Amino acid sequence: MKKYIYILAIGTLCAWSCTKDSEFLDREPTQLLPQDQVFASESLALSVLADLYNRYYDFGTVEDWSTLSNFNVAFWSENGRAGAFENNEYGYGDWGTWDYAYIREINLFLERCAASTELAEPIKTRFLAEARFLRASYYFELVKRMGGVPLILETEEYDFSGDASYLRHPRETEAAIYDFIIAECEAIKEQLPTDANSKSRATKGAVLAMESRAALYAGSIARYGENTPQVSLPGNEVGIPSSRATDYYTIALQSAETIIDGTAGAYSLYTKKPELDDNFASIFYDKANNPEAIFVEDYQLQSGKVHGFSIANQPRFGAEEEEGGRINPSLNLVQSFETLDGDYAPLPNEDGVGNPIYYDNIGDIFEGRDARLAGTVILPGSSFKGKPVDIWAGYQLADGSIVSGDARGQQKTLPGASSATQVVGFDGPINGLEFTAQTGFYIRKYMDPKAGSGQRGVQSDVWFIRYRYAEVLLNAAEAAFELGQPDLAASYMNQVRARAGITSELMGSDISFDRIVHERYVELAFEGHFFYDMKRWRLAHLILNGVPIDETGITENIGVATKVHTQPYGFWPYKIYDPGNANDGKYIYKIVRPIKVTGADRFQFGNYYSAIGQDIINNNPKIVKNPNQ
Amino acid sequence: MDPKSNIMKTAYYLILIGLIGSFTACEKDNFNEPESFLTGSIVYNGVPLQMGVNEVDFELWQPGFGKLGPLGVSVQQDGSFSSRLIDGDYKLVFGGGQGPFRTKVVDAQQLDTLFVAVRGNTQVEVEVTPYFIFNTAEVGMNGNTVEASCQLKSIIQEAVVERVTLYVNTTQFVSNSNDYNIAQANSGDVSNLGNITVSVALPEISPAQNYVFARIGVKIEGVEDMLFSPTERLTF
Repeated sequence: MKKYIYILAIGTLCAWSCTKDSEFLDREPTQLLPQDQVFASESLALSVLADLYNRYYDFGTVEDWSTLSNFNVAFWSENGRAGAFENNEYGYGDWGTWDYAYIREINLFLERCAASTELAEPIKTRFLAEARFLRASYYFELVKRMGGVPLILETEEYDFSGDASYLRHPRETEAAIYDFIIAECEAIKEQLPTDANSKSRATKGAVLAMESRAALYAGSIARYGENTPQVSLPGNEVGIPSSRATDYYTIALQSAETIIDGTAGAYSLYTKKPELDDNFASIFYDKANNPEAIFVEDYQLQSGKVHGFSIANQPRFGAEEEEGGRINPSLNLVQSFETLDGDYAPLPNEDGVGNPIYYDNIGDIFEGRDARLAGTVILPGSSFKGKPVDIWAGYQLADGSIVSGDARGQQKTLPGASSATQVVGFDGPINGLEFTAQTGFYIRKYMDPKAGSGQRGVQSDVWFIRYRYAEVLLNAAEAAFELGQPDLAASYMNQVRARAGITSELMGSDISFDRIVHERYVELAFEGHFFYDMKRWRLAHLILNGVPIDETGITENIGVATKVHTQPYGFWPYKIYDPGNANDGKYIYKIVRPIKVTGADRFQFGNYYSAIGQDIINNNPKIVKNPNQ
Repeated sequence: MDPKSNIMKTAYYLILIGLIGSFTACEKDNFNEPESFLTGSIVYNGVPLQMGVNEVDFELWQPGFGKLGPLGVSVQQDGSFSSRLIDGDYKLVFGGGQGPFRTKVVDAQQLDTLFVAVRGNTQVEVEVTPYFIFNTAEVGMNGNTVEASCQLKSIIQEAVVERVTLYVNTTQFVSNSNDYNIAQANSGDVSNLGNITVSVALPEISPAQNYVFARIGVKIEGVEDMLFSPTERLTF
């Protein structure tokens, strides 16, 4: 009986075995989507495109706070990063990028999407234009950092012949890459929607904003590259002939004006809030009907795509997490904000003969400044999330000596007092104590005022703005100035300055190269522009010249384009303790160099264009090295 | 079994494995360490040129071993260099824009690449053409001030002196880089290359010491790396 059961069981098993041995391994994958399926469906093709969007390269981004605050615009209050202020030099390989895998995948997307027969024609056109926008964006990033690079616009395959030399391409000229970017923008701008409410996907506005920035960069390299003939290569892989400057500036002005005149969508300056500093700060976190943002990297709470910029930089005292305070804007930046009358002036901490000026309230010294100052920087005496910051460095006694602490909010007994009292702010500044405001300032730009943004479990969904309307205005102003139209330049610049509360209007005769440099420095601080602006104007080796700044030098030459920028300085408030004196309880300010700042940055000619890796040159001997390396 | 003999057994095996390992380990996969010194100086007419600390370097390339990569060699502030190498044939190349000098072109094919054969300790003097040289350079103390004067001689006619700077440091490493000077001052007038003077007041030195080192640097327009005079030790 048992025997039959076994035979039956085996027979049953055999009946379930596969029908045909040859088909055994030939199955539809359950975890992978084959190519023809992906490009047959709009949503699947869009998800491929979304991955390409996600890999966009930013020099500065809210995902890495240090990239937005480099080059002594701020001091970094994190001891693990103090090396950046002890060092003098930058590596030749710093800031390099060479992601041809990304370019290949964009090219693959373009080819596969173009070959698809099932996607509707208007959708296909839009997808293709978006991918070309992303490709041009990355070539823009490459040319800014590396100079001219090989221009690969089709996917290539290795034939396994043992000889890969046919895959080697030489570097194009720097101008050729900029020409490619401009030509791509011209080609795709009409294929993309004209929609000012679409922020995180490519639109006509985004394309024109990129075109104007790229043309402006190319124009300034052509014009100011003459000042540094060493930073060029004989084959023009680096360096643009000066004869081309006018053409590029003309394109920059035209494309910027197309946005300004409204044909690319309803973009305008953000002016929703009555308080001008609040208004300026809101540009960066108000995501509802914000007419200023043109193209952004967006984030969303509880989606996994969030960032910790607010955690890293929130005022440390009373923060939602025991963390924060990293970016400390430097005095170099803070004092560059003009007075409301449009004058350059150091912050008045001393009178003409060196006596301190006493202020009743801690924030009074910053009164009457460009509203962008309080919109960009959390000043002593101001608040974040409704909570006042506690920034003051200690007591100064009648004899001029200082009583301070080395822990946040430390208490000591002052002379003549009976009990201990707090002698230093809970936010510092305390030299060398990380996460306190070691320059006396915290950052406000890109800080998220929502509850929970400072918690590691929640984080922030504030977007990162890559292109915004004010930059377009400044692009137009700079291009107009370089084309000999200073009145036009003044009219664009005045719009940006009026929004900041500056009451005096600039005339055409006021516009100079230094003005343009200054306006971009203060308006676009902590947005990732400073580095590229220094490079394209060939100012980097002048302002980062390796010479330390002394205490008198720091307040001189405000608003001068070549002002030395090698070290970040601080500005510390002290409370006066002198019972019975009229000045008791008032505040004075002192200029301080944070104790960790021992180096003075030096930008060498070889830093203008990042070194191309030796492995890349070994694989492709047609690649020439960048100059001075 | 008593635990003691167990431990003995383990130790015995370990020793045995160690012995087998040491007798059978291969020798061939280890290269000899580099043993030959390549030393020399960057010279003009046989006189070493003085340059900044860690400012100038050159590359040594050794073809014939597949993957290419340069060996970087740093030139010291007195113009000398030293590198420990494996015997072989090397190519010596300066990167673009290196040093306060121009390299000499040997011929149209070789350009400025030098071929260096290293067989045992080898001495190489690299002859270059500086933009300027010092005819004289004097550095001295006067009270609390370091005073210097120099005469420059132009070698490459089109080169122009941008500034002449006196650097002072507490150690023998004296240069324009921030770590290598405690005081610096530019000379006012550099139009007369036969008579350039510059002085700088000494800052307070902490911890105190009764000597400093000083030398004069020449910045040439459009050339990043500076030319220096020999370092002098000054006692006060």
